[in-house]
Amino acid sequence: MGRSPSDLAVFIGKRLVQLVPVLFGIIVLTFVFTHISVTNCAVWFPHASKSTLANCQAQFSKPIVDQFWIYFVNLLHGDWGASVAGSPVYPAIAAGLPATLELVFASLFLMIVVGIPLGVIAAQSAGRWGDHLVRIFYLTGWATPTYLGAVIAAIFLAPYFGLPSHGEYTSSPPPFPQYTHMSVLDALLAGNLPWAVDAFKHLLLPAAVLAFINMGIATRMTRSSMLEVIPLDYVKSARMKGLSEFWVMYKHALRNSLITTTTVLGVTAGGLLAGTVVIEEVFGWPGIGAYAYTAIGGGGAAPNFDGAVAVVAVFAVGVVIANLIADILYGLLDPRVDWR
Amino acid sequence: MSGPTSSGSPRPPPTASAGRRTWNAVVGFMRVLRANPLTMAGFIIVCLIGVVALIVVVAPHLLTPYGPDQLTTDYNLAPSWQHPAGTDGIGLDIYSETLYALPLDLAIAFAIAGAAMIGGGGLGLVAGFWDRPGTAGGWVSIVVLRITDIFLAFPSLILALAIAVSLGRGVWQLIVAILLTWWPFYVRLVRGETLAVKHLPYVMAARAAGVTEGRIVLRHVLRNVLEPVVVYFTLDVGTVLVTLSTIGFVGLGLVYPSQAEWGSMMSYYQNAGLITAQPWTVLGPGVAIFVTVLAFSLLGDGLRDILDPRSRRVLAGTGTGSSATHEEPPVPVAEDQGELPTATEAPASG
Repeated sequence: MGRSPSDLAVFIGKRLVQLVPVLFGIIVLTFVFTHISVTNCAVWFPHASKSTLANCQAQFSKPIVDQFWIYFVNLLHGDWGASVAGSPVYPAIAAGLPATLELVFASLFLMIVVGIPLGVIAAQSAGRWGDHLVRIFYLTGWATPTYLGAVIAAIFLAPYFGLPSHGEYTSSPPPFPQYTHMSVLDALLAGNLPWAVDAFKHLLLPAAVLAFINMGIATRMTRSSMLEVIPLDYVKSARMKGLSEFWVMYKHALRNSLITTTTVLGVTAGGLLAGTVVIEEVFGWPGIGAYAYTAIGGGGAAPNFDGAVAVVAVFAVGVVIANLIADILYGLLDPRVDWR
Repeated sequence: MSGPTSSGSPRPPPTASAGRRTWNAVVGFMRVLRANPLTMAGFIIVCLIGVVALIVVVAPHLLTPYGPDQLTTDYNLAPSWQHPAGTDGIGLDIYSETLYALPLDLAIAFAIAGAAMIGGGGLGLVAGFWDRPGTAGGWVSIVVLRITDIFLAFPSLILALAIAVSLGRGVWQLIVAILLTWWPFYVRLVRGETLAVKHLPYVMAARAAGVTEGRIVLRHVLRNVLEPVVVYFTLDVGTVLVTLSTIGFVGLGLVYPSQAEWGSMMSYYQNAGLITAQPWTVLGPGVAIFVTVLAFSLLGDGLRDILDPRSRRVLAGTGTGSSATHEEPPVPVAEDQGELPTATEAPASG
């Protein structure tokens, strides 16, 4: 059996090496798709100055292969490009990424503590009303487009619950240095409790909407893997031992079915990250989702092509890494997995 | 799945077994609907939505009091009997506009999901069936799968947005932008099913009987791959709807006042500041997209239970009227297959 730490290290190394061609492919695809139909800069940037337009025209009049080569060589040198107006891409993404991660992790936490118990309830009452109610709940989230959920939460729920619906803090920037760019963590690091509470309140609504919309997969996966585990003998014997139904379900049955549910991590990463584009825009959250929204010309802004390529690549890396983490967790939880 | 029954058709079916198979499919489909009230509800709402869309196309005045571009003199009105969903800033009746958007949204969603199913599914069938290493088919298979992997590595919505910005705004641009990111799902799905089916004895039997490879793929493999694909397609129509309206909301889809599409309508109200000032503008397009996607999800999610053997046991239990509980022993697989056709079931005729 190849289950020693060194086997795991080799496994992770192999997967990271496999990531390189995928990442290259993503950059090529996104670059080609976003650049190939841009020929006349004046159409795209009607408000740009003469010199900016001339620069833009010089950049985009080259053949697409040459454009890509210039971009790619710069990228290898650590230059992520700049918008046509000249603002560089890398600092904006570096500042926004932690805020987005904070939002995504908060949603993931909510998904786990709410979505998984719902799956257990659905499995316990399979085919009966509890099952149907849970299904209605998660399909409601599934059927709600992110923008609709975000808008409804911002307009109707925020005033109802007295929660803020814009930004990270009530007044920005906060009176302490932002080392991590994660709002709650920064406030805690500064030892400023009122600001931490304030930041937490600001985080609550966008994270809840994002979690609600993506919860379906976790609930569904838990339900169906619980259905697989519940008829097994060890669950029956736990019940026969006289354990309460709660302990049988949450300690014995859920523990095994959670192994399958970890694969959800990888599946939902895509949905959570894609959701941030609209959520961050509606809630004024200063992450890379909002950056992506502006970079692709959302809301009628002038598009930022270098920014769009970079942000799509960052999202893709996020999804691939989430899948890798899910695979590692799965292997750690399931002793039958061989790393070699 | 819901093809015509043999008893209802005017001329007799070509062979008794073909008619019997259709009949079995219909019976199986009805049993799935009956087993879960939510699936039934989804099916009924999807049918209603289809009827409403048809009426809007054929005779819109039956349902919509105002024409698609008819400007009234009522600006920014709250919902009333005259304007069930209120009016917007230029005097358009939001209820009528929402209904006009229905056939267009549905058509785009079906076009994208359908084209992705046929194109991606076809590639998946080829890549799954002719994948012996070293042959030309093997190379094609590897290339297709590598490209698919790249596409599946990132959220399709984000790439579709990036493509939509460079293509410009319009129906065809929207379809192309989403389609370019949508086909890889079907490649993976159909390839997986094909791999599972192609080594089954009946395929070997067909080969031994001298049936050509092309005919085996079309007649024997495709038919057995079809069921999970159709189920996935049902769910997918809803997902495409969400994606295309999100592109509309971001402001890269259709241009609203000239073409009504739910996401673009929301985008227009949002940018005009109407959503906060007059929240009822959310109601028309918001309720419409929510109900439509929910209906397709209810139907597709219920149908998907057939493919999941774990859920199928429970389903089979409720289907026969007994109260299904987890303490009951699982229904034997052989009995199961008699009730609900499975993905890997061999066809009645070979």
